[in-house]
Amino acid sequence: MSTMKSEETLGGSQNPRITWEGCSVLLDINDGDRVLFARLTAGSKIKIGNKNCSLQPLIGCPFGSSFQVEVGEDGPFLSRVNRSTEDNNLGEKVDCQIMEECRDNRSIVDNNTAQSLTGEDIDDMRRKGATGDEIVEALIANSATFLKKTAFSQEKYRIKKQKKYAPRVLLRRPVTRSICEAYFKKHADKVGFLRVDTLSLLLSFANVTANSDVLVVDMLNGLITGAVAERLGGTGYVCNTYCGNTPYSINIVRMFNFSDETCKRIVHSSLAELQPSNGGTSTSIHQLEDAYNNRSQENKEILSPSTAVDLVGMEESDDGNIQTVNNLAASPKTVKSIKPGEKAPPEAIKSWKENGFSSLIIAAPELDAWSIVKELVPLLSYSAPFVIYHQYLQPLATCMHNLQTQKMAISLQITEPWLREYQVLPSRTHPHMQMSSSGGYLLSGIRIASSDNPQPK
Amino acid sequence: MLPTDPAKKLSFNRRIMDGDLVIAYERYDSMKPVKVSENGVLQNRFGVFKHSDWIGKPFGSKVFSSKGGFIYLLAPTPELWTLVLSHRTQILYIADISFVVTYLEIVPGCVVLESGTGSGSLTTSLARAVAPNGHVYTFDFHEQRAASAREDFERTGLSSLVTVGVRDIQGEGFPDEFLGRADSVFLDLPQPWLAIPSAAKMLQQDGVLCSFSPCIEQVQRSCETLKSHFTDIRTFEVLLHTYEVREGNLGNWQDSDGGSASLKTSKKRMR
Repeated sequence: MSTMKSEETLGGSQNPRITWEGCSVLLDINDGDRVLFARLTAGSKIKIGNKNCSLQPLIGCPFGSSFQVEVGEDGPFLSRVNRSTEDNNLGEKVDCQIMEECRDNRSIVDNNTAQSLTGEDIDDMRRKGATGDEIVEALIANSATFLKKTAFSQEKYRIKKQKKYAPRVLLRRPVTRSICEAYFKKHADKVGFLRVDTLSLLLSFANVTANSDVLVVDMLNGLITGAVAERLGGTGYVCNTYCGNTPYSINIVRMFNFSDETCKRIVHSSLAELQPSNGGTSTSIHQLEDAYNNRSQENKEILSPSTAVDLVGMEESDDGNIQTVNNLAASPKTVKSIKPGEKAPPEAIKSWKENGFSSLIIAAPELDAWSIVKELVPLLSYSAPFVIYHQYLQPLATCMHNLQTQKMAISLQITEPWLREYQVLPSRTHPHMQMSSSGGYLLSGIRIASSDNPQPK
Repeated sequence: MLPTDPAKKLSFNRRIMDGDLVIAYERYDSMKPVKVSENGVLQNRFGVFKHSDWIGKPFGSKVFSSKGGFIYLLAPTPELWTLVLSHRTQILYIADISFVVTYLEIVPGCVVLESGTGSGSLTTSLARAVAPNGHVYTFDFHEQRAASAREDFERTGLSSLVTVGVRDIQGEGFPDEFLGRADSVFLDLPQPWLAIPSAAKMLQQDGVLCSFSPCIEQVQRSCETLKSHFTDIRTFEVLLHTYEVREGNLGNWQDSDGGSASLKTSKKRMR
């Protein structure tokens, strides 16, 4: 069964749990302090602190591996570390001390004299080739107050120094969960403040599964489109629709390592093309085909590698990131592969007109929900579910009221998910200090067959 | 339930047939699963509904009883199934289910292990996520419960995606045939820490385990056991708040008359 999966996602050649040259990765630096996307190529680099490191050592490593910056003869490089056991041992050491903790901070005075190592001493150690861990140990040994601190505060001190002098890079697999979490943490505005639990709920309400035809209005840079495509696994279609001539940007889709089969299933089509043709304004299949050919041409330009900055630079692009972008452009793999987000093939449009879509997802923070819903719900098969995301409650309340009065749908409800993360440690379990106040709202419902309105054919 | 069979996929042209499973929807909090049969009848507070009136109508249709009462006939989905299934145990609801499926990083083709099966509420969503070529192996130590779950998966058309086993996972661990094969493991057990070492062996590298527990003491103990087998251990609490929308009028203060104004509320729910 698992072999089938790897074939599905990667055309049979690769284990999806191990990185390969040209794959997209999510780099988590110092436990989420910094998160960025990169494409692994021989020449790609990232900048950590003031050091430029090649990403080459990451190629062929299992996702979930940790790396640390070390300085060798040819300058700084990333070296793989066995983080898990080390951290757990540290944790246990602390756990043993908790019970008999009798120290407190009564004798610790913040007068900036506790540390006897100076900046120059540290620079000197670095010049002599000391590793980050050695510097951290030296800082601890030369701290006059370290031993007076409680076990918790010693652990905090160590982590703080480790982040500065021995930064860690965790190699994460870019999937819906990790991508959504990374964006929500660093650039929530780019994904309309959609939190991962809200996205999960949305995918459930929309009944997204293999072989479905999912109509979306994705104005969240492709996060929804990518999440849906991931669950289609190279079957069915996710069709991003829009008014006018320009489809919405779906940059985030390229952060997933989608197979060609999956990319083919990510398409777009304008509202005018999807709506049932009536009389003179109808678009014939012939016209659609013409438009299809023209648009495919345009689409190639839209998705040219020079615009791929967003893939890499979630943070302010520094030199290291730009370096990665250039290499992305040069990578032969990206040129060869099929681009997601082509124009929907005319046969697919014809089939949607005859059968309707299996579900509908709308995430358009800047638009009035009802103005979209009234056009798109009629394109759904009868009994098909739909779901609308909005950061605020009011637009959804208005939309729900209209759906109720027009008797277009049943099982209507507005839900607000609530999420709280916990720190769970012996004698130290508590909710995280920060939680987001709102992950947004969802309006969900099911289209009904109306005897008054003949089916739109 | 799933569109794997093109003949059964939802469409404008799909008509309700003899043998179909439909959800008879009265209102948002009252619905029932019904297997359509030529001579069948559904009787509820709105009257008697003849199945023969339903056959040939599209899903999503409004149908009437002899008394003129009406219901809607919906195509089943895992969300609707969770609301109508018979509770043999406490079940997981949509907020937890959705979160679990995303965090387990389940995509089509995955192999997923689950214990216990319970009433199969989560299992139905797991099956939807692994379709069309993945598989869910779910285990419960209660023989009758496992058998009822198997019947339910038959009824909802998921039996090709789900295998129900009778096994005490806390006591015996998962079967060796799954060693290193599972993409994700889900545990909903009273003492999950007993099953964690076995679950760790079943998972592929970078695979995800998720354990659901109602009590913080269970979570605490699970986390301690997880530490020696897993990294990136995280704990979440998930809730869902539902809103209703009602139309109403608020009076103008200037038009009101002090204490004589009575508090009027609209009782009718606009749902």
